[in-house]
Amino acid sequence: MSVATRPAPSGEPLARRGRSGGAARARYSSVGLPALGIVAALVVWWGAVALFQIRPIFLPSPLAVAQVFGEQGDYLAHTAWDTLYRLLIGFAIAAAFGLSVALLLSWSRPLERAVMPLFLALNAVPKVSLAPLLMVWLGFGPRFNIVMVVSISTLPVLVSTMAGLAATPSDLGELARSLTASWWQAYLKVRLPWALPHMFVGLKLAITLAVIGEAVAELQNPNSGLGSVVTLAGASFDTALAFAAIVVLSLLGVLLFYAVTLVERLLLPWARQIAG
Amino acid sequence: MIEISGVSRTFAGRHGAVEALRAIDLTVAAGEFLAVIGRSGCGKSTLLRLVAGLLPVSAGEVRVAGEPVRRPRRDIAMVFQRPALLPWRTVLDNVMLPVEVFRWRGAEHRERAHQLLDMVGLAGFERRLPHELSGGMQQRVALCRALIQRPKVMLMDEPFSALDALTREELAVQLQRVHMELATTIVFVTHSIQEAVLLGDRVAVLSPRPGRLRQVLRVDIPRPRSFGHNAHLKEVAACSAELHELLLEPAPALPPWPEPEIGMDVPLRRRPEGIPSGRP
Repeated sequence: MSVATRPAPSGEPLARRGRSGGAARARYSSVGLPALGIVAALVVWWGAVALFQIRPIFLPSPLAVAQVFGEQGDYLAHTAWDTLYRLLIGFAIAAAFGLSVALLLSWSRPLERAVMPLFLALNAVPKVSLAPLLMVWLGFGPRFNIVMVVSISTLPVLVSTMAGLAATPSDLGELARSLTASWWQAYLKVRLPWALPHMFVGLKLAITLAVIGEAVAELQNPNSGLGSVVTLAGASFDTALAFAAIVVLSLLGVLLFYAVTLVERLLLPWARQIAG
Repeated sequence: MIEISGVSRTFAGRHGAVEALRAIDLTVAAGEFLAVIGRSGCGKSTLLRLVAGLLPVSAGEVRVAGEPVRRPRRDIAMVFQRPALLPWRTVLDNVMLPVEVFRWRGAEHRERAHQLLDMVGLAGFERRLPHELSGGMQQRVALCRALIQRPKVMLMDEPFSALDALTREELAVQLQRVHMELATTIVFVTHSIQEAVLLGDRVAVLSPRPGRLRQVLRVDIPRPRSFGHNAHLKEVAACSAELHELLLEPAPALPPWPEPEIGMDVPLRRRPEGIPSGRP
């Protein structure tokens, strides 16, 4: 009885407390749990190094790697910038090129028929194996790195945009026809916007591959960048530094992936709703 | 307004030609609401697409407003089973899509778009995106999008069949009001006897394999009709019973009909429904 007649104002903070409790739980499971997993992995790593007395040349302890960040943080940040700069240029070229070729091919069926198998064959080439050849052709400058990135990350953009342009649902196609829309109207108002979420699938794939392409280029051509740090540190048995560079490389990959995802959420707020 | 004379339609299937519709004769008067009912596979959606100009007839002719229908036309609007809204466009911009495609003056029609949305109870939702609306609201947006063309004929292909039962009744009553207000000629395909009796001035019953016109039933129940207490329950029951009989009892034996010959206008390969590919 007293519960039923409880005045509304006291019910409101209760409800709010309930909601914020739910939010806290959601934050715990989206941030807290992954953090817990990382800490646990570090503890296992540390424990293994201490327990089996592994020599630092083979596997440095997490503490040693952290020490590298403390002592050579500026150097790592500087090299990371070199890496980021080149891979972003490569990614931008790859995105622009893949997108324009996809649009071009979608305007002409014969051209698509003629060129697409060639692109798919190129896609099947392991790009890493091209590195020595590219180096012969392009020398040791940054051009080599950029071409490496472009060659590895263009095709995902191209292929997924093509797939998106072919994925228009039949009812939207029929709608365009029943509205007497011209080919261009249907293309611009229906087909192209519908392809954008697919294009972003390609872009997300491409940015991850761009990191790999740049790293491979730097391993081959150790002039600058995080990949060259790995090569040179490995050669001088500074394993902790090599580990630190690898950690920065993978952080870079994760951050860039989320940056592209964020851009997609901002530009295409509707896209997640039709993903099913 | 609509004259369907001797219309047949045959599809080329994997195991030879499939006859979807045979010798349909049907006229719909201006301002009339014709419900078309039949079991699945009786060709009722095909009939609608022939009238819309989305499919060519194999034989016979369809005329709308005196003009033969050969391709989709601006004075014929279509409402599909699914809302078919563009997910990146707001409600208002979805309604304005035909205006853009027709290159009409936007400012004049924007006012009308607001009026139509208001009429179906969506005032205040103009800036929302489709995924923020319920299924019933989405289908009402699709209805507004069809009405903004000021069509002479509106064709509706089981537009409420994907909705839950109560929303369906609500929308049917609303559609009746829209029809009474605008007096658009409507052909409404359904497999629900209830909807057919509520909405139709007449109900055309199709029987399957091949689709033929079984009977056209006049529904003499005064409007506005409703599902509530003031429904004319006796007449509705009689009408529904009649339709039940027609739909459930087997159709009379087929009269002989010539096999479609080579040289007859039977399209052998139909482009899969979708955006016209290949340049204009």
